[in-house]
Amino acid sequence: MFTLVDLVQPDNLAEAYQILSDKRNNTILGGCAFLKMGSKRIGTAIDLTNLNLSYIREQAGFIEIGAMTSLREIETHTQLREYFNGVLPKSVHNIIGVQFRNGVTVGASVYSKYGFSDLITALLALDTEVELYKGGRMLLVDFLNKPHEKDILVKVWVKKNNRKAAYLNLRKSASDYAVINVAVSKLDDQWTIVVGARPSKAAIAVRASAALSKGKLSVEEIEGAAQRAAEELSFGTNARGTSEYRKALCQVLVKRGIMEVLHANQSDN
Amino acid sequence: MQIKVTINDKLVTWDVEKDEFLADTLRSHGFLSVKKACETSCCGLCTVWVDDKSVLSCSILSLRVHGKKITTIEGVPKEAEEFARILTAEGAEQCGFCSPGFIMNVLAMKNELVNPSENEIIHYLTGNLCRCTGYMGQLRAVKTYLGVVEG
Repeated sequence: MFTLVDLVQPDNLAEAYQILSDKRNNTILGGCAFLKMGSKRIGTAIDLTNLNLSYIREQAGFIEIGAMTSLREIETHTQLREYFNGVLPKSVHNIIGVQFRNGVTVGASVYSKYGFSDLITALLALDTEVELYKGGRMLLVDFLNKPHEKDILVKVWVKKNNRKAAYLNLRKSASDYAVINVAVSKLDDQWTIVVGARPSKAAIAVRASAALSKGKLSVEEIEGAAQRAAEELSFGTNARGTSEYRKALCQVLVKRGIMEVLHANQSDN
Repeated sequence: MQIKVTINDKLVTWDVEKDEFLADTLRSHGFLSVKKACETSCCGLCTVWVDDKSVLSCSILSLRVHGKKITTIEGVPKEAEEFARILTAEGAEQCGFCSPGFIMNVLAMKNELVNPSENEIIHYLTGNLCRCTGYMGQLRAVKTYLGVVEG
């Protein structure tokens, strides 16, 4: 269980960031569900509840998702169920239970770069940017790859386009963490293959995605891309599975993901 | 620090510690239906409603519910009894330790979903663990309560 010395609920982002920067162990609170499983010693906990960051808004060309939006809001949002074959709601659908998803937030899930995150995998397959208070707006992939810096994730931007997407995962039981998760997407002829819960954080299989984008999408090429994804990414071992198991699963799920996207594409044409 | 909350339709002011969780606050004020078990936010025993949404009270800091409406099973006695009788008739009450949280989530589901399918019921209740029943009796009880007609 974490401990905290003080808890503040600032009225604006500037104040929140100032308090965050004041001391090394000052921390932004998300839903607290994952935080409470650790033993972090927090100086001042910063609660963003008063900043009105819980929203899903459609803007010209983008969907904005506020940092304090719950995963349950993602799951049940009518428009998000339509966009990208509902890949975002599908990705959070099996995370623990409804009560849990009502509590945990998009901002904490993304900012923490959790390896087991289902949401990051799906977001990474879309054209997603994050907006940090200090760091500004950047591609999600760049955010995931940059070293950790103290900042506040304000919102996530998802570009609205005709991207088709699929999300797959394997869990040992319905509400457990994923042993591995995969998201595949296609915009025009460009494919993106993402693998998460490796168990390290989600990553794009760049070479496999590029090869698939150049090919004719024969069964052999699809199987080749799935194999390439499994070979170019690294996998680790933890209580849920060995690296070898994850690598084998990766190949199967990537192939299924590609087939699902192709099917979605054909259904639309 | 002080919080003002409406607990089961009654406005109260409570002193809470900054790192106190809602489940502990509720239990310290006599709402002993709120159980604590897993400590990993996954068992659903501590389920209460905050502004009519079912949440895990073991994972919400009490300070964060200031100004909100909290409902425990003590606040919905009529609905809880109606469902509990069906649960008992189906032999699904067993030790009863998980029942308050389970019932709160069943009632939340009834308020949220219209004519849910069996799969939707199972999915909605995935976050409520029970180590006695094997879930089949509970599922029968929920379907009876909701009037689900087998298709």
